[in-house]
Amino acid sequence: MSKAIIRLAVPDMILSPAPQGSAATATFRVEALHKSFGADPVLKGINLSVQRSEMVFVLGPSGSGKSTMLRCCNRLEEPDAGEIFIQGDRLTGPGVDLNKMRQRIGIVFQSFNLYPHLSALGNVTLALRKVQKMPREKARVAGLEALDRVGLSDRARHYPSQLSGGQQQRVAIARALALNPTVMLFDEPTSALDPELVGDVLDVMRDMKRQGMTMVVVSHEMKFARDAADRVIFMDDGLIVEEGPPEQIFGDPQHNRTRAFLSRFHE
Amino acid sequence: MLDQFFNLAIMAKALPLVLTGLGMTLLICAVVIPLGALGGLLAALGSVSESRALRWLTIGFIDFFRAVPPLVLLIFIYAGLPFAGISMSPFMAVTIGFFLNNSAYFAEIFRAGLLSVPKGQVEAARSTGLGQRDTLIWVTLPQATRNVLPDLLSNVVEVVKLTSLASVVSLGEMLHAAGMVRSITYNASPLVLAAGIYLLLLWPVIRLIGRFERRLAS
Amino acid sequence: MERFIDTFFNAAVLARYAPAILEGALVTVLLSLLIVMAGTVLGSGLACLRAYRIKPVSILIVVFADMLRALPPLVLILLAFFGLPNVGIVLSSFMVLFVVLTLVLAAFAEEIVWAGITATPKGQWEAARSTGLSFTRALIFVVLPQAVRMVIPPLTNRAIAITKMTALGMVIGVPDILGQATTAQSFSANASPLTLAAIAYVILFLPFVIASRWLEARFAPPAA
Repeated sequence: MSKAIIRLAVPDMILSPAPQGSAATATFRVEALHKSFGADPVLKGINLSVQRSEMVFVLGPSGSGKSTMLRCCNRLEEPDAGEIFIQGDRLTGPGVDLNKMRQRIGIVFQSFNLYPHLSALGNVTLALRKVQKMPREKARVAGLEALDRVGLSDRARHYPSQLSGGQQQRVAIARALALNPTVMLFDEPTSALDPELVGDVLDVMRDMKRQGMTMVVVSHEMKFARDAADRVIFMDDGLIVEEGPPEQIFGDPQHNRTRAFLSRFHE
Repeated sequence: MLDQFFNLAIMAKALPLVLTGLGMTLLICAVVIPLGALGGLLAALGSVSESRALRWLTIGFIDFFRAVPPLVLLIFIYAGLPFAGISMSPFMAVTIGFFLNNSAYFAEIFRAGLLSVPKGQVEAARSTGLGQRDTLIWVTLPQATRNVLPDLLSNVVEVVKLTSLASVVSLGEMLHAAGMVRSITYNASPLVLAAGIYLLLLWPVIRLIGRFERRLAS
Repeated sequence: MERFIDTFFNAAVLARYAPAILEGALVTVLLSLLIVMAGTVLGSGLACLRAYRIKPVSILIVVFADMLRALPPLVLILLAFFGLPNVGIVLSSFMVLFVVLTLVLAAFAEEIVWAGITATPKGQWEAARSTGLSFTRALIFVVLPQAVRMVIPPLTNRAIAITKMTALGMVIGVPDILGQATTAQSFSANASPLTLAAIAYVILFLPFVIASRWLEARFAPPAA
């Protein structure tokens, strides 16, 4: 898939306010996020605004806090300080219906975390039925539709153990998609996959972008970042060191630490 | 030898009484196994809860009743409590004693099961908006139970065997019935008959557990 | 409250029967040690024997292990105690308890150790045999040491459960803790000896229960 086609597929009017679009119009926004594990500060004040239909790629060495930031975004990890907004609604602070808010933020894990005791369809429909209280038949239809979007409607009755790693990860994506989230977070979605299975998952992510999904992706797939991302963020030591369009980050990084990191990926 | 252990005439005479005893054995099981499993599940949930006080309390309960022999517990309840004015039927004493003992063992098994479910499963569920209770019911418990199914079944076998202790407090279960006929006939055949029925009941389960274990291991 | 204390913690009764309970505790400890040693050795031996996969021998071992795991120990104790004298074998109640519980522990130990042996990867056998070790040496020096890790937690649990059954000796008149306590209770018409017995068991077994919890945490594979 060439870069040009992707660019065409995304309406210009959505792209134009990005990449540094204002915080006020952001679909998803994180302010002054801090997190420590014991005495060990992992996030030291992260500010991030993601515009509608934007794909933001987060790079950084291991231990830089990328995953923790992502996990703080839906409060799987409780941030020590900072605020999180989705479409202007605050996710942090007391009195928030966290379960309701989480349905607006999909997350895809490195290790899939599919429920082994449920079929692919069961995985996708569980939250629809138990949280959204959808009747069985309606949930089934919605679940099959979500599986269809990742190209796996023919695997609905399969159990995770009967699926390849790539298929499992696509089911995990469908599980998040089925809830119609406003934003999708990806935590190294291809790191646990055999190389030949990575492509399928990336294709699904490309499709989602084309359909206008807002995404934050933590990953080491540099080529994919270069092709598909609207904006690239480089994190190190709990802070955002540098951000910009992929051409700039990959072509002309401003910061020494970014340069040092990227040089390790050039063959 | 044959006459002392496998005397068919005596066995035939003992059979009706032993079968009545079997009915009582099964009744005890029907009461004590669900109660113990439920108590064990609750204690297990307490033992992995976020509250430190609740954790210590439940683990203390579990360890205490794993340290006390069930027969000591049973005799304490049946023969000790009446001195304090608390008298109860043998059946009640057996139910309470075995409930406490069983809960501790079931709790330990459920606890292991709950701890065996990877953290990512809970995170995945919570990330889709499932609350704590729904996550437990639909995601954690089914996997926890499946992971320790052989141990749960083994414990059921242990409970069935445990019911034989009820004979000590003169509850007319199978061993008590067989023992009575033995003491009248001075012949061990009724005990062999009871043993045979236990085998008939439990051997298939033990084989089944072995099958489950091999399947889980592969 | 006063009645409660008088019934369960009567100082005079406690003092009078404490020596007897202590004697009982010695019997319980001695029996437990003997049972654990003999049962574990016998069970491990049977598991090793089964590793040679000689069909008739394996079948005998499996039948033995299944029967002793399926039968309630109290049934076996009564059978041995009341049945054996009728055919001319007279064992003391102490011996009956020791033999029966040793066999029961051996049956469980055999299954546990056997599971440990079969869980050792085939590659370990192959590596050992490829360096010229005989089957027996491979079993003793390569496979068993690895199986031990898997085996210790469940074996500890089982050993505790079975040594606790020494309390069943009371039924056939073994002067162990419970035996002494029930005698004392009927003489004193007071429940304090039973309290004392329960406390004695907790003191004896709780450390092992806690240790088994620790062993399990240490040897268990961590959940991913």
